[in-house]
Amino acid sequence: MATSLTKTGGTEIERKPDSAALDFGRAWEYAPAPEATDHVKIDPKYGLFIGGRWVSPRSGKYFQTISPSTEQVLAEVAEANAEDVADAVKAAREGYEKYWSKLRAADRAKYVFRISRAIQEKARELAIVESMDGGKPIKESRDVDVPLAAAHFFYHAGWADKIEYAFQGRKARPLGVAGQIIPWNFPLLMAAWKLAPALACGNTVVLKPAETTPLTALLLAKIIEEAELPPGVVNIVTGAGETGAAVASHPDVNKVAFTGSTDVGKRIQRALAGTTKRLTLELGGKAANIVFADAPLDQAVEGIINGIYFNQGHVCCAGSRLLVEESVHDVVVRKLKDRMQTLRMGDPLDKNTDVGAINSKMQLERIRELVASGEEEGAERYSAPVKVPEKGYWFPPTFFTGASQSCRIAREEIFGPVLTVMTFRTPEEAIEKANNTMYGLSAGIWTDKGAKIFMLATKLKAGVIWGNTFNKFDPSSPFGGYKESGFGREGGRQGLAAYLEVE
Amino acid sequence: MVEKKRTETAAAAAEAPARSSGDAPLIKPWATQKARVSVAKAYKMFVGGAFVRSESGRYFQVQGASDARAADGDPEIVNVPRGSRKDVRDAVLAAKNALGGWEKRTAFNRGQILYRLAEVMESRRPELVQSLVRSGVAEAAAAAEVEASIDRAVFYAGFADKYFALLASSNPVAGPHFNFSVPESMGVVGVVAPERPSLLGLVSTVLPVVTGGNTCVALASAADPRTAIVWSECVATSDMPGGVVNVLTGHAKELSPHLAKHREVIGVDAWVVDADVRRSIESEGADNVKRVKTHVPMDPEAWLDERRGQGLGWIERFLETKTVWHPVGV
Repeated sequence: MATSLTKTGGTEIERKPDSAALDFGRAWEYAPAPEATDHVKIDPKYGLFIGGRWVSPRSGKYFQTISPSTEQVLAEVAEANAEDVADAVKAAREGYEKYWSKLRAADRAKYVFRISRAIQEKARELAIVESMDGGKPIKESRDVDVPLAAAHFFYHAGWADKIEYAFQGRKARPLGVAGQIIPWNFPLLMAAWKLAPALACGNTVVLKPAETTPLTALLLAKIIEEAELPPGVVNIVTGAGETGAAVASHPDVNKVAFTGSTDVGKRIQRALAGTTKRLTLELGGKAANIVFADAPLDQAVEGIINGIYFNQGHVCCAGSRLLVEESVHDVVVRKLKDRMQTLRMGDPLDKNTDVGAINSKMQLERIRELVASGEEEGAERYSAPVKVPEKGYWFPPTFFTGASQSCRIAREEIFGPVLTVMTFRTPEEAIEKANNTMYGLSAGIWTDKGAKIFMLATKLKAGVIWGNTFNKFDPSSPFGGYKESGFGREGGRQGLAAYLEVE
Repeated sequence: MVEKKRTETAAAAAEAPARSSGDAPLIKPWATQKARVSVAKAYKMFVGGAFVRSESGRYFQVQGASDARAADGDPEIVNVPRGSRKDVRDAVLAAKNALGGWEKRTAFNRGQILYRLAEVMESRRPELVQSLVRSGVAEAAAAAEVEASIDRAVFYAGFADKYFALLASSNPVAGPHFNFSVPESMGVVGVVAPERPSLLGLVSTVLPVVTGGNTCVALASAADPRTAIVWSECVATSDMPGGVVNVLTGHAKELSPHLAKHREVIGVDAWVVDADVRRSIESEGADNVKRVKTHVPMDPEAWLDERRGQGLGWIERFLETKTVWHPVGV
């Protein structure tokens, strides 16, 4: 190691000023280890999955989905217009009335179990396609997205015939047809979060995946076809914002579930005013990740890295505001810089890749614009020394220090690998700063003191609190926001309420 | 006692003509030299634990039913503040300021305070009944409504330390983490109470909201704002901290959009007949992703029904679920 460490007094280790960048020589160079794609079948062209059949769109239009890491076209995908959506809603209504509502709950469960099993069987294929279409590292799609998607179906399948236990003493019945609109950051997993509880609770579905990442939802449609679900129970319509608007505004949809930006969420909520449609929203976030001086700092740094660079920061609950107790600010920043030397950005299909491609050109531009605003507003930028591939959309893991709470990078959701570091002196100040946002999806607390964790967990206005950990998800654990991060929960017993009329 | 004597005198004097001719005028004090001139009450809105007039200086008038006026000291026509946008904002501020203290109280303590409210309502039972009768409700129906309202307060008093256990969960996540979800209060919730039943509707909508640790700004029935104010006097003399329950009088159509638009209000529970008003509340609420629940008001009998007019779901709809993760291990 080229870096020199000096012991000063007691146990404190101080690093010389020139040593921020660690030089590991050749020891950290990895040979490429790409996941083979020959096993994967992507059709050149996909239609819409309506009423159990693949149909060409009435719009006659198709759009391309590309790999953000290579800019290569992966497939052409149908663009559903309002008529196509109307077909899908009609099919869903028929599926509800003819089959799904008449089925024994235990049999409904078995269909959902089938989906879970098939996802496990096709796990490798799904993970590869997810990484190709969305740009996320294969180790994340393989170890997080796909297994969690299977787990969500498995968990909720078991609820189908146990709803009466979930709301004891109260009657619960399905809502009917659910229109679901999902984002591009966890394409398959978000489809699972939406479909699994809706189906288990006895609803039928029209699902619209995001336009930049439709492929795994279409593979999921194949799985649903192969699982022989009754026609119309799940319908998948691809397209962009207009398709989503058609789903949300269709008069025969009983329930709208949306995951995406707060702006669009508000528009949907406004559009639904005066209707009897039920709505759940899972929107943006600007989570505080709070590190106290008494925290195990090396673990905390791992948590910070995972909190903001996981999935290129395309995570609504990302820990994008780091609040560090002032006395350890410098040491945390130094450790963070050290750790960032080892991050590998590049081919999403390479098993050693830590940070993949930015999902789309549009998102890359938004990240660049916000980062430029941070520099203009006087914050100090640090970016990891990563090699940027020639093709594709990339942004290096980055953080800002010296930002004030009023900076745009401290207020707005960047949805990219960009962290804003700020400081605090007392727990009260940490709480005040953490809650000083219109969002309230998640928060992290790092400290060795149990009592402090519980005190903060009570006072932080956020739906998910991670104590000495971050970005953990499980189908049995309710997830969802406070304030402008949306309403309704996904997962757990509590999440069922989103798809039921409970007395 | 003096008050009561006067009432009896006036009632006795009024009885024969009022009953026989239906709408005959009451005997005014000046007509019978012996009768005492009563002290008429100035009705005010209840904000931050204090009784206030509308900052706008506006008022509207409510007329008492002719055969019921005699029992209270009020004249036939009563002036009630017509709340304004600024009054809504003041009330929200009071509710916001009261929030921290109310959330922090133990569930047991909140239950005791709600029970205290029931005690005060019981002791003011005749006054509440009288007020409903004055607003045109038949005596027997008024008595039934007041009894149900008191029982509703007892119901929520007993629920304050129980809903938590019914809604919280420990979640078996697939990994070495302790994971639990707990219900938590949302913040300031706006209530647009139904026109009728004016007392039971207000009590049934406000109490579940504050039972869950929220504070509340309620728009009272415009058909009978007087009873809402009498009830506010019960709240004021119970141990409820000021600002937890705020009651405004005025026109729902005018005030509810301001309540729905206010960024410090996190939820709205609106029981409104007019579909346009419901739509406007829902639409304005989208500005800060408010939790808006609008309802076509239930019929009066439904409010009396314990299965329909109260329950866990009433508390639950203004609670958040907070999930906490922590690793298990050393």
